Parts: sequence; C-alpha cells; structure tokens
Amino acid sequence: MALAQAPLLEIDQLEVEFRTETGPIVPVRGVSLRVDAGRTTALVGESGSGKSVTSLAIMGLLPRPFGRVLAGSIRFSRRNGEVVDLATVPPRGMRAFRGSEIAMIFQEPMTSLNPVLTIGEQIAEQVRLHLRLGREAAKSRAVDMLGLVEIPDARRRADEYPHQMSGGMRQRVMIALAMSCSPRLLIADEPTTALDVTIQAEILALIDRLRRENDMGVLFITHNLGVVAEIADVVTVMYAGEVVETAGVRDLFHHPRHPYTRALISCLPEHALRGEDGRRVVQAIPGSVAGSLDAPGCKFAPRCVHAVDACQAAHPQLDAVEPTHFVRCDRWRAL
Amino acid sequence: MFAAIVRKFAGMLVVMYIVATMVFFLTRLAPGDPASLMLGDQASLTDIEELRRTYGLDQPVIVQYILWLKEVVRGNLGQSIFLQRSVLQAIAERAEPTFFLALFSILIAAAIGIPAGIISAVWRGQRIDQVVSAGAMLAASIPSFWLGLLFIQFFSVRMGWFPVAGYGPPGGSFAERLYHLMLPASVLGIVNSALITRFTRGSMLDVLSEDYVRTARAKGLSEARIVLRHGLGNALVPIITVVGLTAALLVGGAIVTETVFGLPGIGNLVVSAVLRRDYPVIQGALIVIAGIYVLINLSIDVLYTFVDPRVKY
Amino acid sequence: MQRSPTRLFLERLFRRRLVLIAALILLVVVVLAVFAPLIAPYSPTGMRVTQRLRPPSFTNWFGTDEFGRDVLSRVIYGGRASLGIGLAVVVASMVAGTALGLFAGYFRVLDAPVMRLVDAMMSLPDILLAIFLVAVLGGSAGNVVLALAVVYTPRVTRVVRSSTLVVRELPFVEAARTLGVSTWRIMTVHILLNVASPVLVQATFIFAYAVLAEAGLSFLGVGVPPEIPTWGTMIAAGQNYADRSMWVVLFPGLAIVLAALSLQVLGDGLRDMLDPKLRKSL
Repeated sequence: MALAQAPLLEIDQLEVEFRTETGPIVPVRGVSLRVDAGRTTALVGESGSGKSVTSLAIMGLLPRPFGRVLAGSIRFSRRNGEVVDLATVPPRGMRAFRGSEIAMIFQEPMTSLNPVLTIGEQIAEQVRLHLRLGREAAKSRAVDMLGLVEIPDARRRADEYPHQMSGGMRQRVMIALAMSCSPRLLIADEPTTALDVTIQAEILALIDRLRRENDMGVLFITHNLGVVAEIADVVTVMYAGEVVETAGVRDLFHHPRHPYTRALISCLPEHALRGEDGRRVVQAIPGSVAGSLDAPGCKFAPRCVHAVDACQAAHPQLDAVEPTHFVRCDRWRAL
Repeated sequence: MFAAIVRKFAGMLVVMYIVATMVFFLTRLAPGDPASLMLGDQASLTDIEELRRTYGLDQPVIVQYILWLKEVVRGNLGQSIFLQRSVLQAIAERAEPTFFLALFSILIAAAIGIPAGIISAVWRGQRIDQVVSAGAMLAASIPSFWLGLLFIQFFSVRMGWFPVAGYGPPGGSFAERLYHLMLPASVLGIVNSALITRFTRGSMLDVLSEDYVRTARAKGLSEARIVLRHGLGNALVPIITVVGLTAALLVGGAIVTETVFGLPGIGNLVVSAVLRRDYPVIQGALIVIAGIYVLINLSIDVLYTFVDPRVKY
Repeated sequence: MQRSPTRLFLERLFRRRLVLIAALILLVVVVLAVFAPLIAPYSPTGMRVTQRLRPPSFTNWFGTDEFGRDVLSRVIYGGRASLGIGLAVVVASMVAGTALGLFAGYFRVLDAPVMRLVDAMMSLPDILLAIFLVAVLGGSAGNVVLALAVVYTPRVTRVVRSSTLVVRELPFVEAARTLGVSTWRIMTVHILLNVASPVLVQATFIFAYAVLAEAGLSFLGVGVPPEIPTWGTMIAAGQNYADRSMWVVLFPGLAIVLAALSLQVLGDGLRDMLDPKLRKSL
C-alpha cells in the first residue's frame, strides 16, 4: 500500500463559491479526498453534487470570474517531490501543471476536441509546450500516443479531423492527449458516460492499463457505481456539495454506511429488487437534490427513508467507521 | 459535395431573377414617360410617339418585360437616357472608386471590429466590454454623411491632411486617387465596424464556452493561444460571413458617402440617375449590385471549405 | 429569498444603468418632439435675414441657419418629422413583416416564395433600395415611410418566420391543434404572443435604422422635400455652410446620433432582458 508515503493529491476541506445573479452559491463545501500514485479514487455523485466543480478546482479551471476557492487546500506532490497547494497557485502558474503533471479528460468526446485542427496538431501542441519538443518530434510523439491508446493506423489518423472519428475513437484521442506528457494525475470526468456500453468497457480497460503501466494516480468522476466497482480502489461519495462517505471499494460495496450510498448501490441492476412478474425493478431514489441547501440539518434528510427529526436539526460530521472508512450520518450505528 | 454549391447557385439565380423582375415592374410604376423624358420638354408629340416605337414602349408591358429580360440575360442592360452610352459602360467607368472605397472600408472595419469584438468577448461583462459595446453602438448610430462632413471640416479644411473632396484631377496617378479615398474609407470603416464588432463578440462568446476551449485550457495553453488559435479559429466562419456580406452591401451602400466626398462612383451614378429619372441606369445598377452581393455570398461559401474542415462541397 | 420575475426584470433594468439612461434620453427626445410647439423657443420657419448664421448664444442656443432661423427650434421640430417617420416605418414594417413571417412560417407552401422574395430584397443595400423606391414613388414624407417600410419588412419577416417555425413545433401549439383550435386562433394567440419579444427588440433597432435612413435620403435630396424641417434636410441644407458655421450641421446630426444610439441601447437591453438564453453570457 502506498499509504505510507505522501499522497499524490490530497484535498482538505475544500470550499468553492460561485457568484450568480441571484447571489452566491457554494457548490462544494468542505470536501476532502485523496488520490495515491498508481491508484484510482472514484468520486461519485449525482449531477449537481459538486463532483465536477471539485475537479475543475483542482485544475484551476473554475469559470472566471464567477467561481473561486473560498477555503481549504489542494495539495499536490510534484514530479520533483515538492508538495504545492494548488489552491494558492496563481492562474498563470497553474498552466505549468495543466496538461503536464495533471491531465484531464471529459465527458463529451464529441465536443471536447477542436473541430478545425487535426488530431495530431492538437496533441503535438501540448507536447511542444510542456516537453519542449520540436515540430517533427512532437508530431511523432503524437503518433506514438495514438498508437498507445490502440488507435489503428495512427500515422494516418493523426492527420484527420475529429469529425472523421467516432465517439469512442475521439475519447481515445482525448486519452492520448492527456497521456502525451506523462501526467502524474489523470482526472477523468465521466469519460464513458456518453459512450456505448461495449466501448465503455474498452475505455475503462485502457485507462486502467495506462494507470498501471505509468504508476499514475486517477481521479475518476462518475455517477455510475457500476463503473466504480470495476475501476476504483477508493471511493468518495458526494451529495449536495459534501462528502457523505469515503471507503475502500470493497468495504463500500459490502458495508455501505450512509443511506445515500445504500440507495445508490440498490439502484444497481444486480442489486435490483425482483418485481411481481419476476423481472428486475430498478429502484430510483425518491426526490432530487434538495432545493433549500441552507437548512441546518443533514442535506440528505429530506430524501432519506431513515430520517428522524434529529436529522433535520443538526448537521452531521464526518465520522470514522474504521481508519479508512468515513461516513457523514449521525445514525450510521443504528442502521 | 458539388451539388450543394450548385443548389446554392441555383437559389442565387432565382434571387437575381426576382430582383430583376421587381426592378422592372416597379420602374414601370414610376410617373413620367421615358420617351418624353429623353426628348425633354420641347419635344413634339410625334417625335415622342416615334421614339416610343423604336424603344418598343408602345408594346404591352409583358412583352416589354420579356424583351428586356432577354437582353439582361445576354448581359445588355440597355442605354442610358442622358449619358450617351450603355448602362454597363457607365457602370464600368464608375467602378474603380467604388471598388477601392468598399475594399478599404471593409479592411478598416475589420481591423477595428475583429480585435474589438475579441477583446469584448474575452473580458465579457467587464468595463472594457461595456466600453467596446457602447462604442460599437455609437458607431452604428452615426449617419455616415454627417461623420463625413465633420471629418472633412476637421481633417481636410482645418488640418489640411486630406483633400476636401473628389477623386483627384483627371489623369492623376493611381496613388493620388487612392489618397482621395482615405477619408471616406475611414468614415465607412468606422460606421461599418459596429456590426463586425458585435458579430465577432457574439461568435467568440459562443466559441469560448465550447468544450474544446475547456480542453485547450486543460492542456495548459496560454490564454492568448486559447483565444486566438482555438477560439478565433472556430469563430472565423461567422466572422468571414459578416465581413463578406458587409463588403457586399458596401458596394451599393456607400452612396451617401460617395456623395458627401464627391466621388465619381456607382453610388454617385445612381443618385444622379434618380434625380434625372434615368431609369435604365437605375435598373442596371440595381441588378449589378445585387449580382455582386450574390457573387460574394457564393464566394463566402467556397471560402468556408478552407476555414472549416467539416464543410465539404 | 424568492424574487418574482417582474422584480428580477426591474432589478436587471436598474443594474444596467446604460439602458436606463437610454430610455430617459429617448423619453426626453419624444417629449420634445410631441410638445414641440410648446417647447421650441422660436418658430422653426421664422426667417430673420439680419440674423443669418449666428453662432450659438444665449438667445439662440444652437445658433441660427442661413435664413436666420433658430437651429434649436428646428432641431426640436425636426425631431417631430424624423421620429414620426421612424415610428410610422416601424409600425408599418412590423405589421407587414409579422403577417408575412407568420404565413411563411406556418403554411409550408408559402415559405419558399416569401423567403425568396425576402432574400431578393435583402440582396440590395437598404439605402439603395430605399432610393430606388422613393424614385419610383416620388419624394414625399408618405412615400419615404412607404419605401422604408418596404425596406425593413424583410428583417421582421425573417425574425417572425424563424420564431414561428420553432413555436409551431412546441407541445402546447401541437396540443391546441389536436384539440381542434382553429389555425387562425393558434397563430394569433399562441404564436403571436411568443414572437412578440423578438419582434419588439427588432422594432427598436428598425426605429433607429429608419431615423438614420430617412436622414440619408433627405441628405441625398431624394427624401422628404427640403422645406419640411427634418434632421436630414437640415444637414443637407447646412452642408454648404459647414466650413464657417459648423453648428448648422452639428446639432441636427447630434440629435440623430442621440436618438439612434438610445434606441439601439434600449433594444440591446431589451434583448438581454427578454432572452433568457443570452443572460448567462453576461
């Protein structure tokens, strides 16, 4: 286990604020998580839970000038061993991290590549910037990268434009782009959500292989627990801008403590209840992320089947079930 | 691939046909008989009758229309009533100042509008954006002839930097003629920069919120590179469109400016033709100007294929 | 916490000080034009040969023109004609353009012919088409209105047609159709209400363009007869005196700029406020 050494990424009590026309909102409040080198941390939550905002905060890509980090730290250990707090790095300085030490792939492979530049140019551009290679060397590195992500006929493909490729191919290109400068941390924001199931599995396998071969840490953001089971070592579950549970992947699936995590797991097809006709019935969690997040109690209480009056009154703290398993629920012992 | 261009071209021909037809029939609505106009007040009735016969004006309107359309298709736009030459020749003689005026104006307008629009989009909602947007709106609110008068007063009469009006003495050098275009081109450039600014701002705003711009940021590129290579590269199609169409409309739209600066261009030709009721010239000029618009429109489409790899004809 | 839409609208309006200022300026200009006889210090046509081309002073704030007429009074009266013509153009092109756009958007058969006609008209520069039409119709205030209305109708037609195409596919219009609501009712009530805000925005811009175009036509001598004081005819008449008496062209021009600018700022503000899609970009 790599726990003994300093974590690759350690987020501590991160708080992000967005200014909007109707006043400020806080999409991320007090989030802590860690990613170790060579391992995958899954960040799970519904849309609007703050998981993507967290990833943008790591990259320093919060929409300016509306979004900013209010509090907390994002400690990242660099290739040279130095540990920096990314939350305090000025915007200009973040450029040295983006694409070189921390790379990111996104949910929408169809729109995440520039339509007017060739695939090769888009990869070479980053390579030239961070690895300081010449035009020719960068181009051949781009071709190598396309080969690395198992794109056949990479040399020819490098001269093609994104619209000439399928969604799965484009996501491979995005991964090739992300890997091109050998990042220490890969942030994958729902990289398979927009893809077919068969392609999904291929992409997951590809990311997993690259992680192993390069001893790279992966922060895998998803709303799909099924994917998490396949790829993650550690899982952090978010709800309404907060971490509600963190645990090792086996621990989480076998002993989920938070009612929200349990509900998510029961939504998985293999856990689905059998209906009257014997067919599986996929349960949905009743309700949606609550509107009045300023209420004092547990954020999940309005949707929680186990909620009691006390849950509405006091805001629960993150509690250690085991040294590596935390839960934000006052009633976890009772459930 | 070719079919799309052909289809577009066919559509353009229809547009041209409608313009020609519209121009013909509206002209027939005009008061005054062309034959008596040509011969002036002193003409006798028999002279007028004879002229009507030679020009086919005694025929039913629909016959006249078909005869006229035949000639137009052949490229014959008829004879000017007052200028003792063919309409096409009259237009050709006036083409140079109009062409270069439109060219310089659009270059100035683009040189102002594109950077201003980019700056405005990048710093959207901030002070500089408000200043640029207000400036663009101001530019679009200034009558070009009035700005022309002010410019002449200031830059020509007071400072003496530019000629007051005209296109230089007959037989003057090309450089001298172009020098006479600087002030009018600046006026038109400023006035027309407004639309280009707003369009550039709008398309840049659209493009800068695209996912691939986020990807470019995630690559660690400099803000300048993100905006210019990834942003502008994609916003270019709508920008080219607006620049092209503005240029096309400048060919005929510079009328007022040509008049203020006394430039012997097509606009000037049209105004004098209107004042003298020289209908063949008016008709011909309108058809030629619409034709230029249509042609530029078509070339913009062809240009797309170079700018955007997704567009393939 | 909750704010009503009206409240939000007003808050946005007040936050955009520029839009508010534009609205106020426009109001002042309109009041001056409407109550010109009560406000103008002199008669706009009163000639005083001894007072020719006097520079601005306390008695004549904007100076006097080549016939000794008070420029301020003429600018105020000129606003009457210029804004009146602009307003008439707006109303006429709105009515015609909305009707054409509705028909083109709703009845598929009419779409191609109407839009081709629109294309043809838009292939000619505004001012050129206007000059041609005035030449054909003859120069009078009424004909200038008619010509400019014809010039700007295609713009409205385009806006209304594209909105109609969108709205006619919306569930509630579909529902009304299946419920047997008459075509006429669907168009007038459902579609018209939905295209109202883009048309309103377009109206403010056309108002501005029409004021500018009228001035251009009058300047070229093919618009309103020179004896009627409009901002355009004033500049046209004054241009020969511009070198010595700048004020005779300066003030009517400023009036045009002020009116057109406040109209466009207002239209821009309206568009931002009425179109929720654009709001995020601010």
